[in-house]
Amino acid sequence: MNTTPSKAAAEKSRETGVLAGYRMHLMLCAGTGCVSSGSYKIKEALERELEKHGLSDEVAVVMTGCNGFCAQGPVMVVQPDEIFYQFLKEKDVPQLVEEHMLKGRPVERLMYTPPAEKAVAPTMSEIGFFQKQRLLALRNRGLIDPEEIEEYIARDGYKALAKVLTEMKPEEAVKEMIASGLRGRGGGGFPTGIKWKSCREAPGEPKYVVCNADEGDPGAYMDRSIIEGDPHSVLEGMALAAYAIGASRGYVYIRHEYPLARERLEKAIVDAHEYGVLGDDIFGRGFNFDVTIHRGAGAFVCGESTALMTSMEGRPGEPRAKYIHTVEHGLWDRPTSLNNVETFANVPPIFLRGAKWFTSIGTGDVTDNPWGGSKGTKVFSLVGKVHNTGLVEVPMGITLREIIFDIGGGIPNGKKFKAVQTGGPSGGVIPENLLDLAVDFDQLTRVGSMMGSGGMIVMDETDCMVDIARYFIDFLIGESCGKCLPCREGLTQIGAILNDVCNGQADEGALDLLEETCRTVASCSLCALGGSAPNPVLSTLRYFREEYEAHVRDKKCPAGVCRNLITYSIDESLCNGCMLCARNCPQNAIEGEKLKPHKINTDLCIKCGICRDVCNQDAVLVQ
Amino acid sequence: MPRLKIEDLDKIVEKQRKTMSLREGAGRVKITVHMGTCGISAGARNIMAEIMRCVDESSASDIMVTTSGCAGLCSREPMMTIEIIEQAPVKYVDLDEKKVKKIFEEHVIKGNIVEEFALAVGSEQTL
Repeated sequence: MNTTPSKAAAEKSRETGVLAGYRMHLMLCAGTGCVSSGSYKIKEALERELEKHGLSDEVAVVMTGCNGFCAQGPVMVVQPDEIFYQFLKEKDVPQLVEEHMLKGRPVERLMYTPPAEKAVAPTMSEIGFFQKQRLLALRNRGLIDPEEIEEYIARDGYKALAKVLTEMKPEEAVKEMIASGLRGRGGGGFPTGIKWKSCREAPGEPKYVVCNADEGDPGAYMDRSIIEGDPHSVLEGMALAAYAIGASRGYVYIRHEYPLARERLEKAIVDAHEYGVLGDDIFGRGFNFDVTIHRGAGAFVCGESTALMTSMEGRPGEPRAKYIHTVEHGLWDRPTSLNNVETFANVPPIFLRGAKWFTSIGTGDVTDNPWGGSKGTKVFSLVGKVHNTGLVEVPMGITLREIIFDIGGGIPNGKKFKAVQTGGPSGGVIPENLLDLAVDFDQLTRVGSMMGSGGMIVMDETDCMVDIARYFIDFLIGESCGKCLPCREGLTQIGAILNDVCNGQADEGALDLLEETCRTVASCSLCALGGSAPNPVLSTLRYFREEYEAHVRDKKCPAGVCRNLITYSIDESLCNGCMLCARNCPQNAIEGEKLKPHKINTDLCIKCGICRDVCNQDAVLVQ
Repeated sequence: MPRLKIEDLDKIVEKQRKTMSLREGAGRVKITVHMGTCGISAGARNIMAEIMRCVDESSASDIMVTTSGCAGLCSREPMMTIEIIEQAPVKYVDLDEKKVKKIFEEHVIKGNIVEEFALAVGSEQTL
């Protein structure tokens, strides 16, 4: 006999929007990554199976923001057991519901096994990927439904706003922000409090708060995930900024390519109005603030503050000279404070827990000098040749080694680590001997890279550094707005030289010319995009010059990537004559009899690499 | 929804406390209902229903209810284990709804073990 458990409680939950009547919450990831790998199908299947077992009133399915462990998606965390499930498929759901949700036996086969280990790690706290993370900006990650404002409030949401509106004058709020040492998370690392102070003191009304959600670095998706997973944290941060600088209007400039983030943000704004935490006379304290969403067309240059504002005014997104400060002459020529999504997400906890608490995390000393250190945490999107790709938030000062090997789980397929690229197209590569570098704004700049917005691309021994530099320069040639000559023409020339190097057509003087052109572009460009554009080339030249020289002098690509400089051959001592390569070669360039060593006809070979991929004996050599 | 006043924030926090403490793992008490095939056929589903009714009726927000498999003593099902933080777990056997209600009131809320229904205090040694 089955009675329906606490039917009344479940009904009450539905009415009040509180999930109190449920004993178990299935926190299913609905970040963009997991949605594309099918998390909404999993949701339907879960609900179907729960219904079948009469568990619908006991077990709730909750769609959360990005969990962070994107490589394993779709992922789900079962609470209160904290069991982490990965790679969920619809056909796994019936067994999962019957075994775990009904009988309380977690299903091992759907759990995560750390690389190089045999036993599964059932709970989140046992998984290395999550252990070293410290969540400030992502404090509500996986814990709330981003579309429910009350769940945000339940995690102390809008409390900082209430506190500041009742207890602090705007000037005091600015002081607190300066004391916290928070620096802009969008790339430049400019102290947020100083920006607010200048904007507050600038003459002119009205003033504006702008949120830069035009995240454009290849491989970076921190800001998208913050908006998708916790949109109210950004809105509350913006409201606090507006109060501090004396603004009553805010804009979020968000990429057109982020539809899910935009939808959740739109809903958050509507809900915030309904609850009165946006709009007129917030909390009855006479403070008005409203937020409008502005869609960007997805130009990389529009992440630059002045280009972004020009674009919002309806003109082509082109930057202007920096000596006219946006805090004085920003949007519509009015004082404007522009901060990044992650910066805003950090603001509420700083006010709630105090600047002093915030300065206890991170590096350096910001007591007298806001540039004196890097406080708090940073969110990185860890991608490339690493086991655990995903979104990680770590305290400033953590080493690259900890991020890549402890959190990232190291390099897959037994390959060797070669370099890590940080800061996106404006950043640079960092080689193996600097793996113990403490990650913060100043250390990264010191070694020729930068924090940037937080992309982190890991590369192994099969990546050619010249080719990597060429990739970023190609990207930047396409994204340069063309307003100033050094960036527009300089990057094209840098691209042409890199092409020559990769094709083996560069002569002895090429590298010197390359370096000189890079320095010219860096020092003469109008905006930061051009100023930092040569970084990928300069940093690879600095740490991997011998690899460039091999391309130029020996006409060889040591990593075996640049096609014009490599030849494929078969190691006769390893080849067992299985014919797999010969059958798969699209050019019929491989000759040989069964069970006898094969040979590649280099005249026919197009260097596609298929033979190397299919060979079971690792007998295909690239030189 | 009327516009929030500052004091309303705490009311919402209170209203959502059960939901959040479940997700944050901030429980004081963990109640495990043993849901093996033996447990289910002996009526563990009703035990679960009763537990959830008790939890819902109480104002406590720090109680986790979970299930686990067969506890190995099939003849004494339905069974449940009550674990109060930093205390040894207690296993209760041969349960019915009335016993559950009493155990909930006495042990979970007031902290007194109901010895007449308890099998043992503590659990087996594992690796």
